[in-house]
Amino acid sequence: MLRIKPDQKQRVTLTVNGRTVSGYAEPRMLLADFLRHELRLYGTHVGCEHGVCGACTAIIDGAATRTCLRYAVQCDGSEIETVEGLADADGTLNALQKAFNENGALQCGFCTAGVLMSATKFLEENPTPTREEVVDMLSGHICRCTGYEQIVRAILQASRQ
Amino acid sequence: MKPVAFEYCRPDTLEEAMELLAEFGSDASIVSGGLSLGAMLNMRLVRPRALIDVNRIDALGDIKVAASGTSTGAMVRQAVALKSPEIAEAVPLLARALPNVGHYQTRSRGTLGGSVAHADPSAEIPLSLVTLGGAVRLRSPKGAREVAAREFFHGVLTTDRRADEMVTGLVWPARALRTGYAFEEIAQRHGDFAIVAAAAAVTVGDDGNITALSFGLGGVEDRPFVVDNPDFIGRPAITATAQEIADAAAEIVEPMVDIQASADYRRQLVRVIGAKALMAAIADAEAQREAA
Repeated sequence: MLRIKPDQKQRVTLTVNGRTVSGYAEPRMLLADFLRHELRLYGTHVGCEHGVCGACTAIIDGAATRTCLRYAVQCDGSEIETVEGLADADGTLNALQKAFNENGALQCGFCTAGVLMSATKFLEENPTPTREEVVDMLSGHICRCTGYEQIVRAILQASRQ
Repeated sequence: MKPVAFEYCRPDTLEEAMELLAEFGSDASIVSGGLSLGAMLNMRLVRPRALIDVNRIDALGDIKVAASGTSTGAMVRQAVALKSPEIAEAVPLLARALPNVGHYQTRSRGTLGGSVAHADPSAEIPLSLVTLGGAVRLRSPKGAREVAAREFFHGVLTTDRRADEMVTGLVWPARALRTGYAFEEIAQRHGDFAIVAAAAAVTVGDDGNITALSFGLGGVEDRPFVVDNPDFIGRPAITATAQEIADAAAEIVEPMVDIQASADYRRQLVRVIGAKALMAAIADAEAQREAA
């Protein structure tokens, strides 16, 4: 059994986008904040902090899920994929990111990291989704710029490649 | 916002979890998926001294189907249950309710037991369990007990669970013969909390009449409940009867009023969503009769 006192800083080691990285977190530190402030991976955004908006979504141990509803100490040893892991090291966008670019699927970009990570996992599980399935998956994200239509188009385009 | 400071406890076994419950009792919150509790922690609506994380207790993740019924461990993830062919076959009502539970990104982590323990009045999993007449398994340092789902939910976020108990599993009665199951709900955005949810299990006899009926409503009052309607047993399983059952329910419910809906609007939804669910359950039962 693991027990960590409220003010105790615990070393947390994660595999993020294939690299093993560590930082320190007290029990109440959200995984989203750990990624941003301890690991300095600012791509994961924090919106509502109660699981509704979807901006902070990342892939944790193979499941697309909210990082604002998880504590860093819960994730010690976990494998995490964030938006920073999508493009190549030289900045070349992957097919999904290109599709977002080509379809105007983002404007301010605040929701985009979360949407990309959801869509990445979703397309892995369901490589040829219907439009309805894409819309259903997207219901877990709030985007205030695009009206969603362009995002749906981008995900469908990426699925056909 | 960020939660208050708490001690983090991660038991590896049920026994260790019991030790923690004995130590902290009501000062602790038990976290499984954390989809509801996490939000309440972040908003400081709950301020526990300790968080007991039961995610690594492997024994709570099983789905067991038997002739007598199906039991699901408290930690079965909603996404796992949704994809499970066993659940689809043995507990069709749950399988039909699950697509309405949250979103792709929350079902991946949210659990069946967590939703029941949280007891939101509009939640789909508690409504399914109540409609089917299932039960909740609880365990405390003093022992284990099973509570009928219809007695488990006391009100908004309030259940029969005592401070030193945890939900360890759910019991789903075996699928009944010649019975159709259906789930319908209305929410502002698909996957959000239901304004009104209706679940129906209808058994249709050889003569085309209703022989058994369970009609459950969620999001209407402070807990999910089954409408008692013995008058409709023996009546023809047709659209008009479905509408009558829903209309009769709308007369007796005492709906909540909130920012989303007035009492009258909820009553109207009971008529519309209720009839839809009942009719779909009848159609499901008829389809089975034809296949047989």
